[in-house]
Amino acid sequence: MSVKQERRNFIGLAFGAVAAVGGAFSLVAVKKTWDPLPSVKAAGFTTVDLSPMKDGEMRQIEWRKKPIFILKKDANMAPNDKRDVVVGDSRYIVAIALCTHLGCIPEWRASKQVFICACHAGEFNVDGINTFGPPPRPLDIPPFKIDGTKLVLGETGPEYEKLVAQA
Amino acid sequence: MAQIRKSTGIIDWLDQRMAVNKMMKVLVSEYWIPKNINFLWAMGVILTTLFVLLLITGFLLMMYYKPDINLAFDSVNYTIMKEVEYGWLWRHIHAVAASVIFLIIYIHTFTAIYYGSYKKGRELIWVSGMLLFILFSAEAFSGYMLPWGQMSYWAAMVITNLFGGIPVIGDAVVEWIRGDYAVSDSTLTRFFMLHVCLLPLVLIAVIALHFYTLRIPHVNNETGEEIDFDIEAEKYLKGDKANAKVIPFWPGFLAKDFMYIGFFMIFFFYLVCFHFNFAMDPINFEPGNPLKTPPHIYPEWYFLWQYEILRGFFFDIFGFSAYNIGLIAFAFAGIALFFMPIYDRSDVVAPAHERKGFFVWFWLLVIDMIILTIFGKLPADGVTMGISNSWIGFYSTITFFILLLVVLPIITTLEKKRGGK
Ligand code: FES
Repeated sequence: MSVKQERRNFIGLAFGAVAAVGGAFSLVAVKKTWDPLPSVKAAGFTTVDLSPMKDGEMRQIEWRKKPIFILKKDANMAPNDKRDVVVGDSRYIVAIALCTHLGCIPEWRASKQVFICACHAGEFNVDGINTFGPPPRPLDIPPFKIDGTKLVLGETGPEYEKLVAQA
Repeated sequence: MAQIRKSTGIIDWLDQRMAVNKMMKVLVSEYWIPKNINFLWAMGVILTTLFVLLLITGFLLMMYYKPDINLAFDSVNYTIMKEVEYGWLWRHIHAVAASVIFLIIYIHTFTAIYYGSYKKGRELIWVSGMLLFILFSAEAFSGYMLPWGQMSYWAAMVITNLFGGIPVIGDAVVEWIRGDYAVSDSTLTRFFMLHVCLLPLVLIAVIALHFYTLRIPHVNNETGEEIDFDIEAEKYLKGDKANAKVIPFWPGFLAKDFMYIGFFMIFFFYLVCFHFNFAMDPINFEPGNPLKTPPHIYPEWYFLWQYEILRGFFFDIFGFSAYNIGLIAFAFAGIALFFMPIYDRSDVVAPAHERKGFFVWFWLLVIDMIILTIFGKLPADGVTMGISNSWIGFYSTITFFILLLVVLPIITTLEKKRGGK
């Protein structure tokens, strides 16, 4: 009798082990199923020509389905070597236009010289640095490379490395 | 095998094979309901009715809806609304029911709080009910994004971004949930799956559990009286129906419920036919645009109080960033009511108007949640009566937590010391 009971215990344990291994593998598979697809990961590059921009002008472009702010600083805006992208003699602010709080697009208010996020009243200054409200950090800088007067988003150039190193 | 004899009829034939008579007794004809309960107890049946309406209209809508970011908007706003015969009717029933079901859920929940129905033996009814509230929230949100309008898109953006607040792996989790760097087609299709398949399955299971948790402790009543259901049921079965404090669920009690369903349906279809717009955000009649945020984002009315708690903290406190405090407060607000049986230290089961301190507390909570709801809808950078909306939001958020976590345990402990009411 006891022998038989032991056999049953063993069968139970063996089944448990097989099921646990199978369960663990399928969890990995399920996780991977929800990861971005290869075609999504291979999203492309975006090139913008900065030369036609006027002083103080603000542009919004799209890169990898995300909006990007490009602001050409004018004489009144203080230079900030930690955030400015310098091309020739002009300074630009390049940032992913998604509030670092919950991802709304802040609005550029030229009169007040701030980016205002209406969602939860977050504010960023000209340099994209958070000055009020819940956003936890400045606007993110997308990877870029400078090619003459052109800005290539999605590739990392030395200028980008420098900004990131300082941040 | 049981002894199967020649049956005397269909019922008998089924009874021999599935014990249907016994089952009917257990489920309805000898399931006892106290006599002294008022219309607030009919909300459960109304919720069931609304859920069934949502299921049926959902099936009809699903036959024309296309879960693809290029087609979704038109499949709803053109195909279903203009081409499909009576498509507008299903959509409006679905949308209005989704909104009204939350109104009834709130009434149902606050009835339980008012009468102390979450205490002593009824904790599981309460917990499974709160679980249903969370599931319905997920169901409502995943459905809200399907038409792919502007508000849908940005609601999806903001809500999926919430997971970015998880330490270390936050950003990766957001990407994983969306299946893309931004909210996109893969996000839409998986939310479609959640909305029409996984969540409804889980909902139905938990609704069954919620009903089952009610079977043994039985439903509470208007005075909180502890009824001995066995004794009262015996009286009833012996024919002393007038003196028994209980009636069977069927046919006695449901008859009354049907009347309330009748009243409710008149009100409901009045909304569907004449005021369906309250469940439709005008911004959602513009297709989703990832490159433009609507000037002012807010959720549907039933999430406003939680949303206001999320943005209630807008400055850092003791080195904790406003961002993290807001997220934690929001996450906690979502589950805060789960713990009612723990905050309430007293075991008096009585309606709030017989428990003085609790009565005041109850209405303060309701008022605070209404204030949160109102300010959740107003722009965060506005000013009301000379006070900035951000600060009103902050104070009412704090009040919410103090009421639940501090005031309620104190007054109920005092109540317990006094030994009752
Ligand atoms: S998303 Fe910008 S403040 Fe919340």
